[in-house]
Amino acid sequence: MFRVIKNLPPVLCKHLLQRSVHQENAILMFVQTKNLQTDSANERFSLKHEEVGRPLYFDAQATTPIDPRVLDAMLPYLVSYHGNPHSRTHAYGWESEAGVEKAREQVANLIGADPKEIIFTSGATESNNISVKGVAHFYAPRKKHIVTTQIEHKCVLDSCRALEGEGFKITYLPVGANGIICLQELEKALTPETSLVSIMTINNEIGVQQPVTEIGAICKSKKIFFHTDAAQAVGKIPLDVNSMYIDLMSISGHKIYGPKGVGALYIRRRPRVRVEPIQSGGGQERGMRSGTVPTPLVVGLGAACELAQREMAYDHAWMEKLANRFLDKIYTKLTHVIRNGDPKQTYPGCVNLSFAYVEGESLLMALKDVALSSGSACTSASLEPSYVLRAIGTDEDLAHSSIRFGLGRFTTIEEVDYTAEKTIRHVERLREMSPLWEMVQEGVDIKTIQWSQH
Amino acid sequence: MASAIPKIQVLSLYKSLMKESKKFSNYNFRLYALRRIRDAFKESKLLTDPKLIKKEFEYGKQNLEIIQRQVVVGNMYQTEKLVIENVR
Repeated sequence: MFRVIKNLPPVLCKHLLQRSVHQENAILMFVQTKNLQTDSANERFSLKHEEVGRPLYFDAQATTPIDPRVLDAMLPYLVSYHGNPHSRTHAYGWESEAGVEKAREQVANLIGADPKEIIFTSGATESNNISVKGVAHFYAPRKKHIVTTQIEHKCVLDSCRALEGEGFKITYLPVGANGIICLQELEKALTPETSLVSIMTINNEIGVQQPVTEIGAICKSKKIFFHTDAAQAVGKIPLDVNSMYIDLMSISGHKIYGPKGVGALYIRRRPRVRVEPIQSGGGQERGMRSGTVPTPLVVGLGAACELAQREMAYDHAWMEKLANRFLDKIYTKLTHVIRNGDPKQTYPGCVNLSFAYVEGESLLMALKDVALSSGSACTSASLEPSYVLRAIGTDEDLAHSSIRFGLGRFTTIEEVDYTAEKTIRHVERLREMSPLWEMVQEGVDIKTIQWSQH
Repeated sequence: MASAIPKIQVLSLYKSLMKESKKFSNYNFRLYALRRIRDAFKESKLLTDPKLIKKEFEYGKQNLEIIQRQVVVGNMYQTEKLVIENVR
């Protein structure tokens, strides 16, 4: 907006400053369209005629906004009921405790568990830490082996790395080109020494869904505990800890339109899974996670879970509709677009695309009126290609050109159309500038070129 | 929704819900609410069990109150408009 003002003659600027914002916008748009008509030669490369306003949110895998219905459930506990839920001696404690216990029930209902099997944590990262390190440490004298995959979330991989330092053996299972693990390889990796298998339900970067039931059944038959990081799956696909043979499950609040800073961990009671707590303290949450339970956040998580259960089918249908619409638009206009991850066994709200011959970061910069990410938020500061994409065997150049489009409950059709149109425009623009793209158009196979080394 | 609740009450609830939802200052919440309410009423039209109809009606009434409160909260913390709202 300011850039355009700078380009105007100073006299006009003076006029502009005296006008209301509304008029200003109208004039700006007029000037912009006029600019467009005169500079038609530069139009294709120009970034100038961008609209004004907050970017659209397309990063639902990083976090989601709090649903107003969730906030409405939380507000009483932020404003009126401040008691410590562990205070047993007065009404302030009792009312908070009632809120926490109701939330525990809501979380349990969503995954088919018993409320006693739910403990509240600060988020999926803590749940994953308690699961991986807790189980490993508790069963350490006899079993010192853990199986996980190469595409787990950083917090699981880092917990495993820490355990490796303590002398545990870790197997990092590879995944196929579609991002799914091979069940035979899993079975081969299991030994009598194995205490835990930790495999995420839905991947946060490429959205692929692992065959959780089958994995659970294998683990059960070998009497090995099965932990799944379901932060991206809970509330989005039907999950049942009993029919899927899940022993531990990590849940996150802010991925399901709940508040940040709260999560839950499901720990099976029969047969009992024991963990060594990470945090020492007052012994809250059955001694597994000491520290006062944050009542408002937990109530929000509970409300978000109940809502997710109610809205699951509706939301899922909407995700599918939006994702198909988006992909149709992209595929009809652009060639050389690769979808990362299995197109069938996937959560439709996570669309990870690689645009060949376009550098991902420059596309992200060009698409600045859409909030997007090239991968997980944890690693979005670095220019390194994602380890998940490397694990599925994506070529270095394609891994650099990937973008994750995260759709959510509140995404509209208009937003999808806008984003698709902008993406198409900028991919075309960037390819137009790329010498590689020119060579591809001329029929040169880039892979056969011997680049001279300096 | 024929037997359990008079049609006029259902219609009036629908109208109030839509009217309140239009007041959401947040673009995404506003459009979601309008879409969700419309679809929920369309779906509930097929209900025949009076008990279920009553339950849905009560849920709608609860949500009307939630929307009224959340519109107020949302209006207190407004943000700049989205790119897409400024296009047209």
